Amino acid sequence: MTAQVTFWELFQYPFMQRALIAAAFTGFAAPAVGTYLVQRRLSLMGDGIGHVAVTGVALGLLTGTSPIWTAVVVATLGAVLIELIRARGHTNGDVALALLFYGGLAGGVLLIGLGGENAATLQAYLFGSLLTMSVSDVFVTMALSTVVILAGLGLAPQLFAVAQDQEFARVTGLRVGFYNVLVAVLAAVSVSVAMRTVGLLLVSALMVVPVATSQQLTRSFRTTLLAAMVLGAAASLGGLVLSAYLSVSFQPTVTPGPTIVLLALTGFAITWPVGALLRRRARLREPFPALPPPAHEPTEHAHQHGKDCGHAAVPHGDHVDYVHDGHRHAEHGAHYDEH
Amino acid sequence: MLVTTTSAELPVQLTGGSVAIGGRPVLRGIDLEVPAGQFLALMGANGSGKSTLVRALIGLRPLTSGRLTLFGTPIERFQDWSRIGFVPQRGGATSGVPVSVWELVASGRLNHRRLFRPLSRADRAAITQALDVVGLADRAGDGVATLSGGQQQRVLIARALAGEPELFFLDEPNAGVDLANQVSLATSLGRLKERGATIVLVAHELGPLASLVDRAVVMRDGRVAYDGAPLADHAVHGGAYGDAHTHHHHASHHEHDHVPVVRSPLEGGR
Repeated sequence: MTAQVTFWELFQYPFMQRALIAAAFTGFAAPAVGTYLVQRRLSLMGDGIGHVAVTGVALGLLTGTSPIWTAVVVATLGAVLIELIRARGHTNGDVALALLFYGGLAGGVLLIGLGGENAATLQAYLFGSLLTMSVSDVFVTMALSTVVILAGLGLAPQLFAVAQDQEFARVTGLRVGFYNVLVAVLAAVSVSVAMRTVGLLLVSALMVVPVATSQQLTRSFRTTLLAAMVLGAAASLGGLVLSAYLSVSFQPTVTPGPTIVLLALTGFAITWPVGALLRRRARLREPFPALPPPAHEPTEHAHQHGKDCGHAAVPHGDHVDYVHDGHRHAEHGAHYDEH
Repeated sequence: MLVTTTSAELPVQLTGGSVAIGGRPVLRGIDLEVPAGQFLALMGANGSGKSTLVRALIGLRPLTSGRLTLFGTPIERFQDWSRIGFVPQRGGATSGVPVSVWELVASGRLNHRRLFRPLSRADRAAITQALDVVGLADRAGDGVATLSGGQQQRVLIARALAGEPELFFLDEPNAGVDLANQVSLATSLGRLKERGATIVLVAHELGPLASLVDRAVVMRDGRVAYDGAPLADHAVHGGAYGDAHTHHHHASHHEHDHVPVVRSPLEGGR
């Protein structure tokens, strides 16, 4: 990119258009699986798979095959292995994850060294290389992302039930083992696809951060899932455009991976206080148990409580208590009672 | 769905059932038959094996020896899971993502749904009815995490109800639940019982549920220590079963004699 190219002219270049398409697809796909991982409290599973995929990329570079396919294969094997260790070993799922983390990363770096590749080649996969995608790369990205999105949405009732409560799901007759492995495979595929967008070391962010953001404001699984997908796509596209803008305007080469992740995190930073405030308000307005007060205890109060008095009105049985400064005032004829 | 159960089709029949966890025997030589329409309370101290027994009865714990049939079918070949409803301990109500009450209850309907199909009208009706039975219809859109412990427990019951089962297993439904919610729980289970459901309930203490119980089985150290008429809570935990306390046990077995026995609780009125 040279200074002669303006920001808007950039969008006419095919490499930028390819990058935009790939970013949109991976942005939608990653949270579609990520939501199920967060639901099972396995947010770091994407990271574990990402590290294993490094070995896959190295194998691809070593043997001269397309790294995306070797990454899909090795990441899938790793994900299934994580799932099997988790299913057998009950509590030590995080240790299994850690073992694969390190094994995958070390194996990948070793293989790269054996193959005589330099570190810069690997860097493209570790931190993303959205702007160097070929036409066939884009088609592979579109196809695999579509598979992930269709499975994540189409099998939502089953995947939801299994991620929510495995034992209950088993008693409803679902093949729990199959769906567990399916989630692992979908996660492996979306990691491999998103490695070109944000890179293997940051891929988990695209799967998890949009979910964390959307759940600040949602009450149901369905809206969380859909909002996370929209947020993921928005962060991917926004981060790509932002990195392009920075590169064109200020000369440095900013890769899209970090800007995408930081943009997603900014979304979380904005919604978190709003979510915290809403949760606090909801807790404050939770009805009191409908038990009558122990004794009649009249109190004086300076002003008339009402809709606009600024004090929280909380249902209490058949009436309303006004909460302020540790008191609960209930209207009783001309005065207020302490409840 | 009105299923007629023949006498050969006992909902639960376990003969000589044993369970070992990690090689250590936890249940030994259990014989248990649960006839249709019975409300059975499985009681005992912590660690007596009552929860393990319920988990073995629904196939979550494999038997190391013995024979288990559900509705006359050996558990290994049992496929008819829509006849079974399971209410686990409350831990399973929340997860890492917000879940609405409606969604959680809808997941109990999966055994009636086919892949890639949206909820049918019958599914929606069953979910709404299940929420009505536990008295939480007005909270359908709320997040499960915002409910109290007792309400979460009732959501889990509604989830099992949505599948319209004939045979319920409940694991400690009133543990850690305040008295008001224990009473609404008892009301919900009373409705199920009236509709002819078979209920197997694990409890440390019965509380307001006591009046519903037809039969008590008390576990001690992995074996059945008592099997018979309902016991008062203090008798179960006093260590002496039967003799000294029989004056408490005049439970009525005639409560639903005039109600036709209908196997599917949600459609009992039709």
